Amino acid sequence: MDNVTTAGHAHAEHEHELGFWQKYFFSQDHKVIGIQYTVTALVFLLFGFFLMMIMRWQLAYPGQPIPVIGGLMGDANAPGGIMLPEFYNQLGAMHGTIMVFLGVVPLAVGGFGNFVVPLQIGAPDMAFPKLNMASYWVFLVGGLVMFASFFAPGGAANSGWTSYVPLSVIATQGQTWWLIGMTFLITSSLLGAINFIVTMVQLRAPGLTWMRLPFFVWTQLVTAFLLLLAFPPLEAAAFLQLMDRVAGTSFFLPSGLVVSGQALEVSGGGSALLWQHLFWFLAHPEVYVLILPAMGIVAEVIANNTRKPLWGYRPMVYSLVFLGFMSFIVWAHHMFLTGMGTMISAFFQTTTMIISIPSIIILSALFISLYGASIRFTTPMLFALAFLPMFGIGGLTGLPLGLAVSDIHLHDTLYVIGHFHYVVAPGTIFALFAGIYYWFPKATGRKMNDVLGRIHFWGSLVCMNGVFMPMMIQGLAGMNRRMYDGGIGYQHVQDVLHWNSFMSFSAWGLGLFQIFFIINFFMSIRRGEKTNNNPWEATTLEWETPSPPPHGNFLSPPEVHRGPYEYSVPGAATDFTPQGQRS
Amino acid sequence: MEIPYTVNTRADTGVNNVKLGIWLFLASEVMLFGGLFSSYVLLRVGAEPGTWPLGAEILSIPLATFNTVVLITSSVTMVMAWASLKLGDLGKYRLYMGSTVGLALVFLVVKMFEYADKFSHHLYPSESTFLGIYFLITGLHGLHIVGGIIVNSYFLVPGIKMWHTAPERFTNRIEAAGLYWHFVDLVWIFLFPVLYLL
Repeated sequence: MDNVTTAGHAHAEHEHELGFWQKYFFSQDHKVIGIQYTVTALVFLLFGFFLMMIMRWQLAYPGQPIPVIGGLMGDANAPGGIMLPEFYNQLGAMHGTIMVFLGVVPLAVGGFGNFVVPLQIGAPDMAFPKLNMASYWVFLVGGLVMFASFFAPGGAANSGWTSYVPLSVIATQGQTWWLIGMTFLITSSLLGAINFIVTMVQLRAPGLTWMRLPFFVWTQLVTAFLLLLAFPPLEAAAFLQLMDRVAGTSFFLPSGLVVSGQALEVSGGGSALLWQHLFWFLAHPEVYVLILPAMGIVAEVIANNTRKPLWGYRPMVYSLVFLGFMSFIVWAHHMFLTGMGTMISAFFQTTTMIISIPSIIILSALFISLYGASIRFTTPMLFALAFLPMFGIGGLTGLPLGLAVSDIHLHDTLYVIGHFHYVVAPGTIFALFAGIYYWFPKATGRKMNDVLGRIHFWGSLVCMNGVFMPMMIQGLAGMNRRMYDGGIGYQHVQDVLHWNSFMSFSAWGLGLFQIFFIINFFMSIRRGEKTNNNPWEATTLEWETPSPPPHGNFLSPPEVHRGPYEYSVPGAATDFTPQGQRS
Repeated sequence: MEIPYTVNTRADTGVNNVKLGIWLFLASEVMLFGGLFSSYVLLRVGAEPGTWPLGAEILSIPLATFNTVVLITSSVTMVMAWASLKLGDLGKYRLYMGSTVGLALVFLVVKMFEYADKFSHHLYPSESTFLGIYFLITGLHGLHIVGGIIVNSYFLVPGIKMWHTAPERFTNRIEAAGLYWHFVDLVWIFLFPVLYLL
């Protein structure tokens, strides 16, 4: 023990000498790393969204020169400002990759997980601070590799975010960059996942038993397990594809493949289906990596703003853990149309129907929590409230896709795009906005502006639905996804084509409303209304430290005496009883 | 600021941070190699009948057997290194840790000769799916050996300083490095029969 104390002292002395670079760039403080992740992820989200705004021009006005920025994209991509199909494919593939792997996951897990989890469990920092710093920098390298791939010969990866083989094996060099970038991102999230689990298991404050953990911490724990166990098979798949591309193997290339009229000179005998199995073994749990932290944020915000305990905390936790297990055995519902066989389809269809049950339990519990409450309509609460129906639409529209028979019609149509965007965009991203508005006072000591927040909220809500609801209509009419010309060449979708420009204007409008958020974010850092340490009158531990919390988080070691959501306890002095308060 | 449970065990979970961390890392490694072994099974089952070669026809069983013995011995010396620290004998620790690193290098040299022999017979990964998966899995395993050599060499020379300031913490680190090393050994124990014998 003596050694530990000496090490601790040495560290404390070291702390005073921290220079600018160590404090803000190569920091090992979980709060700084969390903010680094948040800002980086927000930049990538904006960039990924920007790619989509360019694509929406091509979909609404196919073959017409892109206004204003058309000339900036270079003759290889858009000669005369008119987008080439190859460039459209790059934008599509990179939009998906960036939004999922560089935007939402780093924000939900790297950003909120890093900043909030140690505070909520009463820990001084993450269990392995150096590893934490490493995971951020590895993530950033991965992101920069992805970004740089736009300048590779032939441009960025263009085989969709799923990189289906054999197309991706014979694609241009950008795909190799994509695989290398993914390897960095996977490494980063592995380091992060180990760190999160150890922190949550080992560093809980005295008295913080499992059933006293805030629901957000539970969601991060399950998410970390998903990242830990689902990502390595994708790494294996990335290595296999890298071998196919670089060393000339044919793991994913079947015999007798003909490309542009010429037989490929490879040994053959590979399996294209293998890639899809390995990819979706990651990518389905990944869906839950996207949604679970969002549910956690919404649960925190709802409990706080209804001034009531969450309805059904225990069933929610059990559902969450069950959801985590089940998410590993539903992956092939993405592959009903691959010819893998009806028996396998029947199995995965069944597991898919089963996994919808715990999601519905969690969502219902959140809805029921609203019943009988006198709700405070704060900006984070508006986003959290909108999350419920939006995620509900996303979830329910998934059911016809999970049934093998109805999926035959809907597979690869815009209905699928509408479905998962409802889950991720007005679902997860709204929850992430709720989280930013909710924890901003903790990170800065100042509140974000409510008027700008409300404009941002209502504008985003209307525009999001304007983008994604027509996709359902077009998809049901049989319009395929990933179509460069927006569908004008297809006779059977002529009746729904007029939605294209409506959706595009909604997307651009959505972009305009984000400006209110960006201004609000930067303005509030300096000029926002100053707050006390617990502006929302919340119960969880992060509100028992100063805002912003000092290095080491807590002024005195916290102790926990009660559950996470003791709001409006009869007989209590206030309508909230903090977890650290003795009875 | 001081992170709790870096050295001592937390009573209600029964582990310290390092041990839990390394076990979680190994769990993810199981999934990584599990993904590759599953790919092997799928590719082999899906191959045209008669096209999948028998490992023994192409690969050298004597060299691989020798390497198996080398790796198992290195696992034993790794445990001895840790046990020596537990007994407070730094001299023996240096001896056993040095042997572990040395044996790992022997393994890599033998593997290099194996690879060179394949290349000299124009047996490249692109030749067949079997050779492709052979080079990929053994190559990835070789990279894990290299990683182990780097970590163990660090604990043998510069990292040994910690023994004088925090012996218990240092011993825990060697235990974690040992768990990783046994895992790398275990992968080879699976890999050897699957690729060479079946």
